[in-house]
Amino acid sequence: MARRDLPPDPKISEITAPELYANRRTFLKQAGLFVAAGSAWGGGLVALSSRGQADPPPAPPPIPRGETKAGDAWQKIVRPTPYDTSEDKTPFEDVTTYNNFYELGTSKADPARNAGSLELHPWTVKIGGEVEKSVTVDVDGLIQRFGLEERIYRMRCVEAWSMVIPWVGFPLAKLVKWAKPTSRAKFLVMKTLFDPEQLPGQRRKVLDWPYVEGLRIDEATNPLTLMSVGLYGAPLLGQNGAPLRLVVPWKYGFKGIKSIKELWFTEQMPRNTWKMANSNEYGFYANVNPEVPHPRWSQATERRIGKIGRIPTEKFNGYGEYVADLYAGMDLKRYF
Amino acid sequence: MAGLSLARKPLPRLAWLQPAVLAGSLLPFVVLLVKGLTGRLGANPIATAMNQLGLLALIFLTASLTCSPLKVLFGWKWPLKVRKTLGLLGFYTALSHFLVWLVLDQGLALQAVVEDVIGRPFILVGFVALLLLVPLARTSTSAALKRMGYRAWKRLHRLAYVATALGVIHFFLRVKADVTEPVVYGVFFALLMVIRLFDERRRRTLRVSRSR
Repeated sequence: MARRDLPPDPKISEITAPELYANRRTFLKQAGLFVAAGSAWGGGLVALSSRGQADPPPAPPPIPRGETKAGDAWQKIVRPTPYDTSEDKTPFEDVTTYNNFYELGTSKADPARNAGSLELHPWTVKIGGEVEKSVTVDVDGLIQRFGLEERIYRMRCVEAWSMVIPWVGFPLAKLVKWAKPTSRAKFLVMKTLFDPEQLPGQRRKVLDWPYVEGLRIDEATNPLTLMSVGLYGAPLLGQNGAPLRLVVPWKYGFKGIKSIKELWFTEQMPRNTWKMANSNEYGFYANVNPEVPHPRWSQATERRIGKIGRIPTEKFNGYGEYVADLYAGMDLKRYF
Repeated sequence: MAGLSLARKPLPRLAWLQPAVLAGSLLPFVVLLVKGLTGRLGANPIATAMNQLGLLALIFLTASLTCSPLKVLFGWKWPLKVRKTLGLLGFYTALSHFLVWLVLDQGLALQAVVEDVIGRPFILVGFVALLLLVPLARTSTSAALKRMGYRAWKRLHRLAYVATALGVIHFFLRVKADVTEPVVYGVFFALLMVIRLFDERRRRTLRVSRSR
């Protein structure tokens, strides 16, 4: 019989309902709208909420060979020094992708992204004010003159996070001695480069540019105070304040002025940028002090970058044995 | 035969809208989770997660408050279909933002947490915003609306404006110097409120002229 040659009838349950069959175009259209609208809305949300996310880490810069003006200082870095901490160092990629350097953007990842616009060679620094003779010097010349050493320091940010960084540099005391300040010099004032082309963050007046920081002369000549030109054995990257930045490990990170272009010896205490921006929250001294909270958050604990959980913050960031004498008799709650 | 009876009804024209908004809204959470688990949230992943969740909560709350102004301005009714979903997403995101702070950032150090909530205006403002959202999330069902009566329900749900405004203030107080982003949200929120006020006034005059 012919019936045997036909395929078997489909089961009733497998037959597409006529209504659904008629609806299939609507269904496909709706599925398309669902996918399109869902991904547009989701993509927009991801983009809006994750602005300022970190990029993949850059490779460390090459170590200069002996033929630069710095001579072979980079091959003869003195290490270790008695000031080093033995705590775990913060990974290079974290040190170079999580930065506060508003001149290169206000999110933590902006500086690493925008540092390419900084022209690092040549870089001269003006030294003037209350000195016997004003000079303009090349950073490589300073490196050759003073030599380099490594200092593994804790760095405590005012935002309650911290790192351990192997800086390379020379003691600021050497530079101060060489600059021959007069007897009237009580403070050393430092200024960042002002050039909105190279530092695009300066196109918007988020802070009063150029960034200004300062130290009392006795703070500047303390053996801990470092003029840094590198970290992890290699020259600084733009996001870390290349080619010359200040490191004062017992003070909050914002004292560590970056990409320094001018050094002035003065009689008057300078008006440093963050204190000018908000004097209730940031002072001139900015010594790390768990007993003096920032008005908006506690300073009692900190998060060490790369570690889980919080650790207690130490007074003077644990460097009290070297620096507590500098502030003997001062009310540190008032002079914060 | 539930399947057949469903199939007999033609699909509503906007059946895709609600699921699309919900699925899209889950995307940033998936991205955050995957990045967090694979170590791609940068040097300070807890702070990054906290910041992103906080911002996301503010986006959801603002988006839910944008629905009725869209109707006022353009006569669109479809945004009202997703207003509740967006509001609830705002609450749950704000809650997860708070929990990341409480558990991952503060490590459940309750004394420090209480001191922060009481003593730091910026944290207090955010905390109050979250508390205000709790009754709204609890009365988000149509059963709750029926139980409370429309007028009382609507009055209560006006707290969403207060919570969102507090969210903007919390954001504003948190940043150190660059206030651009919180100001953008603040201006947008103010714009939404102005549209609402104009609409309210228009309706009142309409009612008055009708009753004459």
